[in-house]
Amino acid sequence: MANECNGCEQALAMEKALDEVIARYKDTKGPLIPVLHEAQAIYGYLPFEVQLRIAEGLDLPLADVYGVVSFYTGFTTKPKGKYRISVCMGTACYVKGAEAILDKFTTTLGINVGDCTEDGKFSLDACRCVGACGLAPVVMINDDVYGNVIPENVENILKNYEEA
Amino acid sequence: MIKNVEQLNFLRDKMRKEMALRRGVEAEAAEMGGRMQILVCGVAGCQSSGSLGVYNELKNLIETNKLEDEIKIISTGCMGLCALGPLMVVYPGRVMYTKVKPEDVAEIFQSHIMEGKPVERLFAVDNDGTKIADALGQHSFYTKQLKIALKNCGTIDPYSIEEYIGVDGYQALAKVLKEMDPEDVVDTMKESNLRGRGGAGFPTGMKWAFAASQQKRQKYVCCNADEGDPGAFMDRSVLEGDPHSVIEAMAIAGYAIGSNQGYVYVRAEYPVAVKTLKAAIQQAKEYGFLGQNILGTDFSFDLEVRLGAGAFVCGEETALMTSIEGHRGEPKPRPPFPAVKGLFGEPTILNNVETYATIPRIILNGAEWFNSIGTEKSKGTKVFAVGGKIERTGLVEVPMGTTLREIVFDMCGGIPNGKEFKAAQTGGPSGGCIPAEALDTPIDYDNLIALGSMMGSGGLIVMDEDTCMVDLARFFLDFTFDESCGKCSPCRLGTKRMYEILEKITQGKGELEDIEKLEVLARNIKNSALCGLGQTAPNPILSTLRYFKDEYMAHVVDKTCPAGVCKSIIKFKIDNELCRSCGICKKHCPVGAISGDKQNPYIIDQDKCIKCGVCAQKCPFNSILHRERKGV
Repeated sequence: MANECNGCEQALAMEKALDEVIARYKDTKGPLIPVLHEAQAIYGYLPFEVQLRIAEGLDLPLADVYGVVSFYTGFTTKPKGKYRISVCMGTACYVKGAEAILDKFTTTLGINVGDCTEDGKFSLDACRCVGACGLAPVVMINDDVYGNVIPENVENILKNYEEA
Repeated sequence: MIKNVEQLNFLRDKMRKEMALRRGVEAEAAEMGGRMQILVCGVAGCQSSGSLGVYNELKNLIETNKLEDEIKIISTGCMGLCALGPLMVVYPGRVMYTKVKPEDVAEIFQSHIMEGKPVERLFAVDNDGTKIADALGQHSFYTKQLKIALKNCGTIDPYSIEEYIGVDGYQALAKVLKEMDPEDVVDTMKESNLRGRGGAGFPTGMKWAFAASQQKRQKYVCCNADEGDPGAFMDRSVLEGDPHSVIEAMAIAGYAIGSNQGYVYVRAEYPVAVKTLKAAIQQAKEYGFLGQNILGTDFSFDLEVRLGAGAFVCGEETALMTSIEGHRGEPKPRPPFPAVKGLFGEPTILNNVETYATIPRIILNGAEWFNSIGTEKSKGTKVFAVGGKIERTGLVEVPMGTTLREIVFDMCGGIPNGKEFKAAQTGGPSGGCIPAEALDTPIDYDNLIALGSMMGSGGLIVMDEDTCMVDLARFFLDFTFDESCGKCSPCRLGTKRMYEILEKITQGKGELEDIEKLEVLARNIKNSALCGLGQTAPNPILSTLRYFKDEYMAHVVDKTCPAGVCKSIIKFKIDNELCRSCGICKKHCPVGAISGDKQNPYIIDQDKCIKCGVCAQKCPFNSILHRERKGV
């Protein structure tokens, strides 16, 4: 499998988990998207080999699987960082200066939107409205929500994720 | 498992007693032994601003003082006033505390809970500066509201089906199953004149009638919870605060059209909503409101949750169904309409979350009651998510026909920092702007369309003088061209072309004929795109051109951005009459573009300037400007 291998045991365990997911959904109507969601939860992303296994398991053409993966922005074929930073670009956040915050993250981390830092720690995305418009502008890092963010706060926010 | 109406009513009466404090009936409450009930908002905005810490602190204090039997804490859904979160409401007395921090909890506990003296400094402040204890009853944010869809949001525990039953939950389902034929239900929906709350405002009853008339064995009931309009979060709030109302309404819809299977399509960006809804479905199954032979009748209905995967177009009905089927979320031409041939090729109805949340009330109170609220052609209430440059952001539910002025100024406290109201944007990327001249127009479906906007799902973003309307149009086109599914060329190519022209204008490279080109393109795309996404994509341009053409002209002819937003064409300048030569700007400029000293006037080298705006922020005398000073 394409994900980083800490010995074959982990890769085999993931493969087993994926096969179980496929088996569980095989008789559901419209199984592909739920399977992709769970596969992404297992692997963190959807590399080619995983898409192939799903296509074979659900008896679908690989083109269909790839077509769906590439259509939805929620699915990614690139690995994401340990901490996934999403800067909300919804209208409420935009009119309250979300662009300056996104700029600050790109300069502070030295990566472009959609990319991941070299150490695999942070990835940066501009995301669609997260529905916390009362706190605009909003940044999410994994499941933590930061509201009323100003560019000056960006470095402090990142400090929360420094590891000892 | 609740097998019949008698058992349902028994449980309701028991829960009504337990919740008596919240209904303001203290005599009944005493009977049950409870002294106090404290509600803490546990979702969305309040959760992000730290309500969990508040909840835990309070729980700790109550437990260490062994008061669990007397005092109940309930984590609720959204109370609406997100700007002042975390929110806490203490019964009896319905005292609301705002911006509560974990540090404040000890004071509330000692003073209010132990000594009976509410903590005034945490009350909500009204427009005239008065502090209000019973904000839910007396604060102007709440007094003009009429809650139907949001009735239970923020007043019950969303994880407790019993609390929902205590506020007449599943009574509407019981009523239709025991007292009404499916045709009666459809008729009631028709008579209520309820229109879809998701955007276009199609009459719900008519949709149900089409599906009900299809002679097919398998039909489906779907719920659109793919709340993609940026700035709208009412569906999220309903799912997180009152998920059972949606489940109940979908079961009612299933009975009305003859379907035994429903799907809720929720966007994956709402993990809390998904979790709450799944828990509620599980409970509804355990209590027998979903599954076989509901309430002892021969009606059976089941529900499944399906997650979106980040595609805005999946809010369009045919695309949503294609997505549930497991394909790329591309829309299909209509007809055939989904009521005839929808999900998996079978007759299907699709309604939005807020629409469903309204339905149990209509069934219980009757179509006539619903018709008594609202305007001639738009009945009932509408939830608005008010955000942007506004004092009190949050969720409000008002009768149709309320004016924008009432919402923006009376309820939400107007524009912060003494700035001026410029426009409000409704309908998201499909909608348009409502300018200051139209502040007094009663809001309903038809008036908004006449103004060149649309109701949409109810996002209402307020903008002040610092928002550039050309840049805003560019922002929305950036959104739609990115979200265009690519199936039809008017949308795939057209939105991109319009975006490019707007980009050119905001960079100061626009020409007069570009504005004409935009108008022609917009009209053509509106008339020829396949689905709602493409047909409405030009609206942000058409509406800003209609009300703010002068801003387009300023960008094209004078090469300036009046709001000072478009970086490529703004220039920072030092007003030497106001400058006191303190040198702070020079010190802070990151690229060394500012020169000058006590003898020589300070100037900005425009070639070096990167327009970061730090100098203007740091200047203590307000002498650095990037646009015309107002009133000069």
